[in-house]
Amino acid sequence: MKKRLLSALLCVAMVASLVVGCGGSKEEAAAPAEEATEEAAPAEEATEEAAPANDGVYAFISKAAGNPYNEKEAEGFQTAMDELGLNYVIKHPETATADAQITMINELVAQNVSSIAIAANDADALQPALEAAMAAGIKICSVDSSTNAASRAVHVNQAGTAIIGQTLMDAVLDLAGGEGQWAILSATSTATNQNSWIAAMKEVMEGDAYASLELVEVAYGDDEYQKSVDQTQALLSNYPELKVICAPTTVGIMAAAKAIQDAGSSVKLTGLGLPSEMADYIGTDDAHSCPYMYLWNPIDLGKLAAYVSVALVDGTITGAAGDTFTCALGDYEVVEAADGGTEIIAGPPFAFTPENIEEWKTVY
Amino acid sequence: MNKKFDLKKLTSSREMSLVIVLIVLCVFIQLRNSTFLQFGTIEAMLKNYAVMMIMALGMMCVLLTGGIDIAIGSTLAFSGMFSALIMRDHPGVPVIGGFLISMVVGMVLGAVIGVVISKGKVPPIVATLGFMNIYRGCTYLIADSRWVAAYQVPEGFKAFAQSYYLTGGLLNNMITVIIICYVIFFIALKWTTAGRRVYAVGSNAEAAEVSGINVDSVKIGVYSLMGLLSGLGGALWVSLYASAQGDMATGLEMDVIAACVVGGVSLNGGRGTVPGVFLGGLIMAIIGKALPLIGVSQFWQSAIKGLIILFAVILNVVTQRTMDKNALKRREM
Repeated sequence: MKKRLLSALLCVAMVASLVVGCGGSKEEAAAPAEEATEEAAPAEEATEEAAPANDGVYAFISKAAGNPYNEKEAEGFQTAMDELGLNYVIKHPETATADAQITMINELVAQNVSSIAIAANDADALQPALEAAMAAGIKICSVDSSTNAASRAVHVNQAGTAIIGQTLMDAVLDLAGGEGQWAILSATSTATNQNSWIAAMKEVMEGDAYASLELVEVAYGDDEYQKSVDQTQALLSNYPELKVICAPTTVGIMAAAKAIQDAGSSVKLTGLGLPSEMADYIGTDDAHSCPYMYLWNPIDLGKLAAYVSVALVDGTITGAAGDTFTCALGDYEVVEAADGGTEIIAGPPFAFTPENIEEWKTVY
Repeated sequence: MNKKFDLKKLTSSREMSLVIVLIVLCVFIQLRNSTFLQFGTIEAMLKNYAVMMIMALGMMCVLLTGGIDIAIGSTLAFSGMFSALIMRDHPGVPVIGGFLISMVVGMVLGAVIGVVISKGKVPPIVATLGFMNIYRGCTYLIADSRWVAAYQVPEGFKAFAQSYYLTGGLLNNMITVIIICYVIFFIALKWTTAGRRVYAVGSNAEAAEVSGINVDSVKIGVYSLMGLLSGLGGALWVSLYASAQGDMATGLEMDVIAACVVGGVSLNGGRGTVPGVFLGGLIMAIIGKALPLIGVSQFWQSAIKGLIILFAVILNVVTQRTMDKNALKRREM
């Protein structure tokens, strides 16, 4: 009897979690979205009254709520749309999962939006939902983290994988003083972007200039603060000769910076991080763990996603390699991507140094 | 007779089986990596897992009454974020102020959960499931979906987790807080009326009610206490990691519950001890800290973690069953 009761309770709990989970995230996401549409409403009235309610709405789906980097992308998207005077919807799933995004895609399809720009939580899992959206005539582009080639018209890439690999390897080489041991602290072992950057770094490392560098380990902190600290401390104690840690993930680099500084270690850190989060750790003296690091400008990336969405919808580009278009950020060309699809590359990563960090830490 | 009984109790007690697991773990890890049993490593481990170990105490009380609280990660995030936001906007707030704000906020959040469960007669797992999402959502809302960055957290507050002033230079502050919490809970649960009432409610709620214990207020009490410790955890988290994120401590509830279960706390209520939870928390901390040290592939680490937890729990259950059988035998004789 007791067992039966317990299993019944668990079933109720599971159902409740689904209901509460979905309900919660929908509400969460719906609130800002409504606000956004309201804000944009006058523009709609000004342009065309006759248009059906949701026609001409450009949607953006981020990875998850509370991710400051994604927030900035959304902000850029919003700014560009405001400047163009177009209607838009911005949605943030409550958790960084594919199914949360699928729910949102289906909702947007039902609302018959014009385009969806999405920072994918999974390369393949979104395919059925996105294919259905494309079949309904909605233009799809992925931003930041790509979907597979079949589920998008084009990917808006923050920087070419090859450029990132090259930039990070040069930083490692510089910080290590030309030779010695170094390690990578990554996010999850399945993250698409992390793995392609790591692969690019390994490729660059084959060059003669990097022959004296030894990559001792690729550790995964799962983008969890506590776990990333554990992994960093393990790297420090397992490899006493370690000179450099490269963390191409914003949570990882912050956790590593704190762990290295607290341990009073002389290991140097570089990678990809948010300036506001890293401001306390960037400096060239021994009291700071990170002499410099990189990131692209997420606001510009969000803007570019907005311009690409518009270009896809008005037919300026179709997403085929060789298409070109011009927007407020400059001229862009659609090129072949490594996964067989096409992409538009925003530009090389931007270096944050002790000189410019004070100015950038308040930006994002 | 008396002495013999004590000896038997010691060798067959549940805590003893945990100590054995702990020793085996430590020896194995030490053989694989000689840097493990060093002051620095142990200190770093305790610092990094202080929050989990402290919250396990509150979870034990909740489990003792036959309840469960899976909203603690969200409670921690909300109270930690609340306190961090106030400190960001008013850098003059003293360190103790930051802690008190977080703890009071956490206690209020916990009390709300307690009232819903006891007065609303909602099953604890369902109620806390709801609050897990509510509090997490509210955390994003109050923070406007942003982080409180390292440079925005007051220096004194960040320094707390790295200093030794509570014990006058002997032990790290985080570790001191762990010790204080465990001593208080050990005394309170063993020798105070309130502590015994928690056990009474969990062992047999109806009997407790009949004997004049207000079951509802005991339940509200334990959830408030859980909230208070989550608030403390939130403040420690912000101090240790020098930042507050909306998604901080996601999934922490599972580690905390695992620490309790490994420590021999029964999910049916009424059973569990402070020393057991301490050992359970230590085992969880060692698993988290040491697996990266022994050079096992990343992909194996999660599986090994699960295996160790299962093994510890099975060992614990077997010991318990033997103890029950022996007790029954004695009664029959």
